[in-house]
Amino acid sequence: MSGSAAADLEASASSADEYLVEARGIVKRFGAFTANDHVDLGVRPGEIHALLGENGAGKSTLVKMIYGSLQPTEGRFFWKGAPTVITDPASARRLGVGMVFQHFSLFEALTVAENIALALPGPLDMKALTTRIRDLSLDYGLPLEPRATVADLSVGERQRIEIVRCLIQEPKLLIMDEPTAVLTPQEADQLFLTLERLAGEGCAVLYISHRLEEVKRLCHAATILRHGKVVARVDPRAETAASLARLMVGADVHAIRPKHARIAGPTRLHIERLDLPATGPFSVALRQVTLELRAGEILGIAGVAGNGQSEFFDAVSGERTVERDGAVVIDGHACGHLGVSERRALGAAFVPEERLGHGAVPAFSLSENVVLTRHATCEDSGRSRGGFLDFGRSRSTAERVSEAFDVRKGKPDPEARSLSGGNLQKFVVGRELDRRPTLLVVNQPTWGVDAGAAALIRQALVDLAADGSAVLMISQDLDEIFEIADRIAVISRGRLSPAYDAHVMTLEKIGLLMGGAHGGSDRVEEAARLREADGHAH
Amino acid sequence: MRIELEKRAERSKTLAWASPVIAVLATMVTGGLIFAALGKPPLAALWVFFVEPFASLWSLEELVVKATPLILIGVGLSVAYRANVWNIGAEGQLTAGALLGSTVPILFNAWNTPATLLAMLVLGAIGGMLWALIPAVLKIKAGANEILVSLMLVYVAQLLLDWLVRGPWRDPHGYNFPKSVAFENWQTMPTIGEGRLNLGIFIAVLIAVVLAVVMRRTIKGYEVRVMGEAPRAGRFAGFSADRMVLFSFLLSGGLAGLAGVIEVASTVGQLQPNISPGYGFTAIIVAFLGRLDPVGVVIAALMLAASYLGGEAAQIALGISDKAARVFQGVLLFWVLACDTLILYRPRLVRGPTAEAAR
Repeated sequence: MSGSAAADLEASASSADEYLVEARGIVKRFGAFTANDHVDLGVRPGEIHALLGENGAGKSTLVKMIYGSLQPTEGRFFWKGAPTVITDPASARRLGVGMVFQHFSLFEALTVAENIALALPGPLDMKALTTRIRDLSLDYGLPLEPRATVADLSVGERQRIEIVRCLIQEPKLLIMDEPTAVLTPQEADQLFLTLERLAGEGCAVLYISHRLEEVKRLCHAATILRHGKVVARVDPRAETAASLARLMVGADVHAIRPKHARIAGPTRLHIERLDLPATGPFSVALRQVTLELRAGEILGIAGVAGNGQSEFFDAVSGERTVERDGAVVIDGHACGHLGVSERRALGAAFVPEERLGHGAVPAFSLSENVVLTRHATCEDSGRSRGGFLDFGRSRSTAERVSEAFDVRKGKPDPEARSLSGGNLQKFVVGRELDRRPTLLVVNQPTWGVDAGAAALIRQALVDLAADGSAVLMISQDLDEIFEIADRIAVISRGRLSPAYDAHVMTLEKIGLLMGGAHGGSDRVEEAARLREADGHAH
Repeated sequence: MRIELEKRAERSKTLAWASPVIAVLATMVTGGLIFAALGKPPLAALWVFFVEPFASLWSLEELVVKATPLILIGVGLSVAYRANVWNIGAEGQLTAGALLGSTVPILFNAWNTPATLLAMLVLGAIGGMLWALIPAVLKIKAGANEILVSLMLVYVAQLLLDWLVRGPWRDPHGYNFPKSVAFENWQTMPTIGEGRLNLGIFIAVLIAVVLAVVMRRTIKGYEVRVMGEAPRAGRFAGFSADRMVLFSFLLSGGLAGLAGVIEVASTVGQLQPNISPGYGFTAIIVAFLGRLDPVGVVIAALMLAASYLGGEAAQIALGISDKAARVFQGVLLFWVLACDTLILYRPRLVRGPTAEAAR
């Protein structure tokens, strides 16, 4: 152990001084779980370095240690060749490390400038800061209005605040954690230009992603993690997306079998001018949402997070009811005022975005979680007419679901929270598919799920539609939508665009719709651009 | 070297039951230290406090009498707390139940048949429910904090009782003492044997058993547990948070009211300014010590009843203030909540620098 560490030291000694930051033999354990297992990583100045891996591979743990919010169990960091202990985020910032987190840390009630001022040490001249923010953001192509209140800004604009907040401190290393997950394709393009410019000025960028196409396009080097270990260091420009995926997953990811013909069956879900008021200042109101979903098809709803997806899901599932009965029609039954149990009884099934705490009770075993969505219809839940529960029956249901959907668990009937994200998602989706629903509404079916589980879930959705059910899939993942949806609509600021056939949809068109180009006559210019994009597609 | 708490993947089943035992032992050690600090011999004091209540037939009987209201209130609270509904005002609901139940012997004193007792018990439960309805409705309609409202209503109920027994309901032949008429025959709980042991304990245990079955084996119990663990998931399951608040308050309030009327119809035997030595508050400790489980509550109620007796015994034998019992109950609740941390976290000794030391 010490021998190999010494050898490592020797081997890297020659190149050590050219790295801006280097990790050597980093180990991080959380109890019995090893999140990082002797990880070595070196990032040079001016390099955009990708950190690739599936969910749970240890990417976030590693960068949190570089940013000082976690401490390694073993191993050391070197900054410009000198051994360095990064005790906390403040000392990381003093070194010149900036980080843009996946989940923003902004005060929604404050302005852009105030949010940025909060991150800066010492007394400030707000007027000078405001000018500086405006200049810097324009200079880097990330225009920001310093006096705007954060609550009024889109997710893309909020990310700009985070980036500008780092840039204002003139970082030498910028860490970006899955930055494009919340952006429209056009916003992502703009971000890439900014990052390339930063790299050109000598700033190193550590770029975490599992989107292989953008890594290929943007990054100069890539370190690939699998189960906490470095499995490869490659030049992504010389690889294919498939070869990168193979390295990440450790096996070939099998392609989805397409279903053969689209069956134009009866209407399973009809939503007619659905309006839903916002519940609070940060919730999105739905306006005049209309769609029609037929048996045998998968309708994908694309959109940047926070544009009304969860409100829409609640209204369709019946967790929030609406006044007008005809606004939501399931299988011919007007059910605007019906609750989620009554809608399930009509043959509908729902999978929410959040697995823990919404789709499943974290502290309950899988068998108890079976009861959650099945008690109202009594099917195999173990509930008798008298209101008694037979957990033996729900256990056998849980077992059947686990077997059919390859849910891997440590013991026969574990608590939901002890399962990995992918396995729990397979269970939550499987629990609903096991009911053979005629209508399935699913929000972010593969969010935070490893590639293997994601492929299995998408295949199951395709098979369900092929068997004659209707599937409504809300997803932020455009690759997923293009992979399995028959028709695609886009939700933006609580409004839903018309649904277009998937084969005439392009990334550019979706991007325009995400920006709200279907809004009405006041957006003539955007509508014209959209028509143009339409023309390109045909 | 430092101790780190490490999250367990699943809650530990062993510690879920060991934690109250550890808490009781830690309370004894703490209690011993308090006795020593007061200059009393710790071991002898602990003997008086924890062993003597179980040592004679009389004290065992008295233990059961004191445990009866604790069981009734404790099982109701355990269900409410499971649902994440924080009814802290059981003492007030107990008082309200005693008041409404006592209207029968006080206002219709001549009526004295088995039906009289039944009417008293039913009215007692209704009285507790009505009192509990106030915080429930305020929470549902106005979003008022149920902890504050239910707690403050305790004092309202106690002052109402005080006014009634000093005013309109005072016994005209009672030499101006603030007491109602004494309850007789079918206005009181039938006793068992010579002492104060009465039918109440059977009612309490029966209700505990029924609630144990409801919580474990029925959809209603499942609903309570889901709403407490993950309200969002409960809504997804089609359960209503408002209905659960109402159910929890009606159940726990009704049982507290029942405990109140049983208390005035047995050990107290009439209405007077003080009808309970804080059973409604002690039952909060009972509910937590019993792991919010009806069967656990029965055991915990016996433990806490012992602390009342031990407090009295210590007062007589050692000259310690009767407040010692309340101190012990407080220390016990502290240790119960502290030990519950171990169910979800594992303590671990860690060598090596802390973040501060490395700086």
